[in-house]
Amino acid sequence: MSPGDITTERPPPRVAATLGLLRSELGLTFRRLRTFALLGVLAAIPVLIGGVVRIETGGDPSAGSGSGGGADGGGPAFMAQISNNGLFLVFTALAATLPFFLPLTVGVVAGDAIAGEASAGTLRYLLVAPAGRTRLLLVKYASTLAFCLAATLTVAVSGLVTGALLFPVGDLTTISGTRIDYSEGLWRALLIALAVALSLVGFAALGLFVSTLTSSGIAAMAGTVGLLVTVQILTTIPQLDAVHPYLFSHHWLSFADLMREPVLWENLYANLRLQGFYALLFGSAAWARFAGKDISA
Amino acid sequence: MAPYESAQRTAGDEDRPTGRRRVARYAVPAAVAGVAAATIGLVPALADSGDPDLPKITAQQLIEKVAASDQQQISGNVKISTDLGLPSLADAAASFAPKGGDGDGGSAAAPDQKLMELVTGTHTLRVAADGPQKQKLSILDDAAEYSIIRNGSDVWAYDSKSDEAFHAEDGHAGKAPEQDRGMHEGVPATPKELADEILKAADETTSVTVDGTASVAGRDAYQLLVEPKGTGSTVGSIRIAVDAENGVPLKFTLSPSSGGKPVVDAGFTKVDFAKPAASTFEFKPGKGTKVTEADELERKAPKELKEPKGPLGELPFGQPGGDKNGKNGKNGKGGAKVIGKGWSSVAVIDSGAKGGVPSSGSGSGSGSGSGELPPEAGKLLDSFGDKVTGKFGSGTVFSTRLVNALMTDDGKVYIGAVDKATLVKAANSQK
Repeated sequence: MSPGDITTERPPPRVAATLGLLRSELGLTFRRLRTFALLGVLAAIPVLIGGVVRIETGGDPSAGSGSGGGADGGGPAFMAQISNNGLFLVFTALAATLPFFLPLTVGVVAGDAIAGEASAGTLRYLLVAPAGRTRLLLVKYASTLAFCLAATLTVAVSGLVTGALLFPVGDLTTISGTRIDYSEGLWRALLIALAVALSLVGFAALGLFVSTLTSSGIAAMAGTVGLLVTVQILTTIPQLDAVHPYLFSHHWLSFADLMREPVLWENLYANLRLQGFYALLFGSAAWARFAGKDISA
Repeated sequence: MAPYESAQRTAGDEDRPTGRRRVARYAVPAAVAGVAAATIGLVPALADSGDPDLPKITAQQLIEKVAASDQQQISGNVKISTDLGLPSLADAAASFAPKGGDGDGGSAAAPDQKLMELVTGTHTLRVAADGPQKQKLSILDDAAEYSIIRNGSDVWAYDSKSDEAFHAEDGHAGKAPEQDRGMHEGVPATPKELADEILKAADETTSVTVDGTASVAGRDAYQLLVEPKGTGSTVGSIRIAVDAENGVPLKFTLSPSSGGKPVVDAGFTKVDFAKPAASTFEFKPGKGTKVTEADELERKAPKELKEPKGPLGELPFGQPGGDKNGKNGKNGKGGAKVIGKGWSSVAVIDSGAKGGVPSSGSGSGSGSGSGELPPEAGKLLDSFGDKVTGKFGSGTVFSTRLVNALMTDDGKVYIGAVDKATLVKAANSQK
């Protein structure tokens, strides 16, 4: 499904054309003021969490676990450890943003991908270029995925910097109780950020599909975000246990398994498989819809 | 995607797609959806199928294999599902027992608090052992883990959610005797421990057979089937899957005689018999981690407050040995007496609580406020209770799917893994 698969089979001119299209799409996505605003909000969340924990513990590491907010199980994952080790702010921030903030921003970008062009009246001009609808769709999806990665890394880097400024850093304790050194911790943090970014792959495809259904950018964004909220509510209803494994957010918390020692891979793989299915399912559905759609705007 | 590329391009460029082609495109997502649903839904089921072909073996040989098994190194993941028929025993128990975890002087990392959680629901555990000196047991939770680590003379418990640790020196008798015992046996809370319990109980009252083979965690295994011979027991059957190669029990399933879902289903989902990394058993609390010493906790909590926790606190560890509950009651606490034999044995405990169930409205009549339990606990007991009368007088029966207890109005408690009628009969025989 990735653009790479197709371009490798194509003669060079097409590769260049696809890359050109991708470059222009990426430029379009990341030069928009809206994208900066979304990333700015994401970057502010770790600062907010870090600030609150810092104020509450008074910067005294030993005061941490008792009053760190997460001590009695409340608050997002890893909350209790932040005051002991700033690196945990990365994990906490990702755990806090993954359920809503991150997919919210992805929903905005993905929902706008096709429908936004349609409502702005630019879609037909894009299709005049001899790029083909499939490639346009793939390029749109690729730039949405690039945004997923950028959004996740924004949270992670902001958490890393804030954590290092406000709290001590050093060796850390994994959730299995073993100790790993800081460089190993940074490596895990990177892996976790990637795992979180990959968790959004399925939802991005869903957003893209919704985007092909309507010619109103706002409707597509609202629809995508509405689906997100619906799914997140469904996951909290225990009676729907049988349905949960099929929801795209089912394995989202699995990124925390990277902090176990040894790492527990099963759920991470399950997450990748689920996201892959979502990407294939809604990617192909978006293609089926978009390839045969009347473009009137 | 490639085969569709050309069709699509013409569609995109000039030709209006025909209706048929438009519908045909939707076959792609429909097919993907079918495959995805099947894969997500059916993979676990498929993984269980396919019984391996193994040479025939008698029950005796299989038990010997287990007994002879000297597997010192093991690591793996264990999945435990428990359904005692109590929707939230852990919550209920919390209302009986003083909350050491949240209250003053307690620690969220104290083992007996945490292990209680294993009594209900499904949990994933990680176990690792390297000889009698090094063991580790972790209860996996969402983005958190609770670990008990034994390394030489140190026993550590670490709760990552609250970042609190609990430390005890070996030989410290006061705390969590259950898991100390378990850990000495080499492989803590693995199916081995459970199997040992069952095999000990095997006598003329029990039928033990080999019932085919199974594949557990990718290993070939024999299935040992243990069934009570008599009637009256709530235990229907116990199945133990034993590794065909090294005799390590891999899976333990306890089904109630009333049928339905197993009461306890504990088995490896992944197992490795290589030596676990030494770092697995190392624990050093990080700076800022709150550490509670076992002695400290003991001193802070007044003796009598801890008492009610005893029988309940013992339950969870190795809890999968559901029938152990009954057995523990039998051997254990002061003043206990056993009526009957084998599976249908009933333990009698004189609780000394004269008023029977200290309840207000259960109809046990003489609930003259003996005040031993807090009112909410009394109310809770009411909701579980079921009034019975007989030659012995009258009392209240509390039922779970496995263990039933009869609390008579004169303060005696009859408890066993037997049905209600057997309990009443046992009570009558005492009069």
